[in-house]
Amino acid sequence: MVAEAKKAALEERLDGLTLPEGGGWLAAARRDARDRLDAVGLPGRRDEYWRFTNPAPLVARDPEVSDVSQSPDPFDGYESVVITIEDGVVTLPDTLPENLQIGTLREAGEADIHWAKDIYGTLEAMGSRPVLRPLATLNSAYATDGVVIRATGPVAKPVHIRTTGTGDPILHHVVRVDADASLTLLESGTAGARSNVATEIDLADTGAFHHIRIQGPDHVRHPNTHLFARLRQESVFKSFTLSANGLLARNEAVIELTGDDATAHIAGAAFGRGDFHHDDTVFVTHDAVNCESRQVFKKVLRDGATGVFQGKILVKEGAQKTDGYQISQALLLDEDSQFLAKPELEIYADDVACSHGSTTGAIDETALFYLRSRGVSKRDATDLLVLSFLAEAIEEIEDETLREHVGGRMADWLARG
Amino acid sequence: MSLDEVQVKEGVDAETVERVKALSGAYKHGWNTEIDMEFAPKGLNEDIVRLISAKNNEPEWMLEWRLEAYRRWTKMKEPNWAMVEYPQIDFQEQYYYARPASMTEKPKSLDEVDPKLLETYQKLGIPLKEQAILAGVEPAPEDGERKVAVDAVFDSVSVGTTFKAELAKAGVIFCSISEAIQDHPELVKKYLGSVIPQSDNYYATLNAAVFSDGSFVYIPKGVRCPMELSTYFRINAENTGQFERTLIIADEGSYVSYLEGCTAPQRDTAQLHAACVELVLLDDAEIKYSTVQNWYPGDENGKGGIYNFVTKRADCRGARSKVMWTQVETGSAVTWKYPSCILRGDDSSGEFYSIAIANNMQQADTGTKMVHLGKNTRSRIVSKGISAGRAQNTYRGLVSMHPRAKNSRNYTQCDSLLIGSECGAHTVPYIEVKNNSSRVEHEATTSKVDDDQLFYCRSRGMDEEEAVALVVNGFCKEVLQALPMEFAMEAQQLVAISLEGSVG
Repeated sequence: MVAEAKKAALEERLDGLTLPEGGGWLAAARRDARDRLDAVGLPGRRDEYWRFTNPAPLVARDPEVSDVSQSPDPFDGYESVVITIEDGVVTLPDTLPENLQIGTLREAGEADIHWAKDIYGTLEAMGSRPVLRPLATLNSAYATDGVVIRATGPVAKPVHIRTTGTGDPILHHVVRVDADASLTLLESGTAGARSNVATEIDLADTGAFHHIRIQGPDHVRHPNTHLFARLRQESVFKSFTLSANGLLARNEAVIELTGDDATAHIAGAAFGRGDFHHDDTVFVTHDAVNCESRQVFKKVLRDGATGVFQGKILVKEGAQKTDGYQISQALLLDEDSQFLAKPELEIYADDVACSHGSTTGAIDETALFYLRSRGVSKRDATDLLVLSFLAEAIEEIEDETLREHVGGRMADWLARG
Repeated sequence: MSLDEVQVKEGVDAETVERVKALSGAYKHGWNTEIDMEFAPKGLNEDIVRLISAKNNEPEWMLEWRLEAYRRWTKMKEPNWAMVEYPQIDFQEQYYYARPASMTEKPKSLDEVDPKLLETYQKLGIPLKEQAILAGVEPAPEDGERKVAVDAVFDSVSVGTTFKAELAKAGVIFCSISEAIQDHPELVKKYLGSVIPQSDNYYATLNAAVFSDGSFVYIPKGVRCPMELSTYFRINAENTGQFERTLIIADEGSYVSYLEGCTAPQRDTAQLHAACVELVLLDDAEIKYSTVQNWYPGDENGKGGIYNFVTKRADCRGARSKVMWTQVETGSAVTWKYPSCILRGDDSSGEFYSIAIANNMQQADTGTKMVHLGKNTRSRIVSKGISAGRAQNTYRGLVSMHPRAKNSRNYTQCDSLLIGSECGAHTVPYIEVKNNSSRVEHEATTSKVDDDQLFYCRSRGMDEEEAVALVVNGFCKEVLQALPMEFAMEAQQLVAISLEGSVG
């Protein structure tokens, strides 16, 4: 039974929204998601899964702000295959490198037979158990468009989805990485005053997927993102998100390791001030033998900013030889900022090594003193220490050039912040 | 899985298997005392609340307090957020009051207590005679030995409290809470429900309505309690819930170490235990509260056992006050227990050391809350969870640093150990930091019993059971070291006993 409040919230959100037109398998998948959404409603403040973040701005009928500024492309100067989405309109690149197929969700949805059919809404539905993710389910039902990307072998250049606009878009991407294929996906841009973006990533045996996402440094936006990944045998999934500013960002990642010897890393570095509220919610499920997962999240908060981390490692019965690691750390630069965390372990197999750590505190006075005594100004010293704190998360980016590129952007923004 | 179906691993000889079988489910306190009991009618309603109050000769204000709680309780819902599963409890199918018939007239001294009752405690290793020394140690009454005063609670009533006179000399009040309501109403009125309000949670509210007895301690200003105090709880009667309430007040600059032990007979039907423990600490006071919880855990198929729904909370009201919870949780079919510290006074500190062992079909959801309100407050959490058989063991905790709690510190370590592939170990910590001068560190690990360590022990001639017990004791040592000496010995043995039958 859906509580009245959740039902009412859903009705309010859906007021004025219609299921996107079109037939084919996509229409069926949308109707299915719509039915599932009806059964669960939308979250409220009292939901356990939203205890640290008030979902109100994300579930309200309209976005709270309209004065949206666009940050310049953070991957500018980095060679990639660019897909632009401006106010919901997808523009695909003219030429593609080898082993890469790209299309719009809208077109793919009309095809009688399409590989994305088996993924769209499926990973989202899988990831909505045991924890409900109604905003992702809403996305599966109401996404107007998105990108479908398939790597059939190693793709030489990264694919960059640049999403800009001022509205309230709902976008859904589907990614498939075949056996022995590899793909790097970059994401950037202010999608709108509010945005709901879901990405489903299906990795075949030995497939490799690298994901680098940059959110910010523009501030007036409410991004809500979901990553759903399914990993098969010996596949590799690595995702990193850099967040600078943002009124309310909720980034959820739901990762299922279903094949033996798979690896999943997910990391994030976030910093902001004032009314910055940043929420990373991660759920990693180990359902196969000898898999490794790693979660590394760092947040720097000042002037009353709030950081949230909810991370879970679930090791199912039989998922022996699991190696699960999770760390969440926050640096509070003043008395008003806060960090709220719920790092969870749920383990049903005995031959595992799982650990999590979480620390919160102010900047290290000894380190600050050391730098000051070497003639570094207090401001510069603080910046240096913040940078070194966040660098540990950036280290999670495997590709050296990308790592330096993202690190450079972060240093620029910090210096200007 | 019954032991007959257990697959014997290579290298385990038949003798070990036989020994493990013989020990399986070997709960040492599963016998019961044949004694005439007096029960209140089955079920729960306002009349039962009135009856419990009347049995204890309570004043009107106490009855009103209970009735208010009862009315509130009828409107509350049973919580379901813990990771425990058990059949719906029919609260009308329970007895809420049972006392030995011989206790109708309250005995004036221990000499008048029914010898059978005294025998029960003797058998449990809890000597009530004043010269005796608690548990584990053979009674060797020599001058200078440490003394322990005991309040023994049998089902719904306290059967006797030892060393009362000697404690009174120091100004310490140690008696059953029913006596305290009679003799020290001003203290009870002032502090009862001030730490755990009637409305706190479903089981605490139920307890407020129907608690029948429990212990009361008041340590006056500047007094260091001359001996350790202890309460021994025994559930004996069938289908009877035990609802005790303990209230300890440590006045300014005082100190007390309090021990608590619990057992129950082996029965096929589950029994309910919903207790409340309130600790009040004024300036510079210190309380050490140690528990060895060994209620009947049910058999290896999960039949019977105690449902242990307990609310324990310490309120460090005074500056520089200090509380330390130490618990060894080996019993109960279902445990739901979070001894907490409200660190209100500046510079106050709270510590929580816990070992929770769940074997066979046991389920434990236990942990602590450290609520930092005052400046420079300190807390430390060390939790060791051990799961074996098909048991589920959850650590659930909260560390909350409020904006005013400047310069506070917390350190949390919770480690889980899994023995066997059918059990579960879970960690659910909540961390809320709302100021930046405080520092919070949380660490958790989950692993299995180390093969190398086991092999080492085995190669030194230990059998598998002994080896596992030794490794587990090593895993728990930080907590065992925090226990008072007598308890530590008992707890170490208990760790071994609780895990019997878990290997092979």
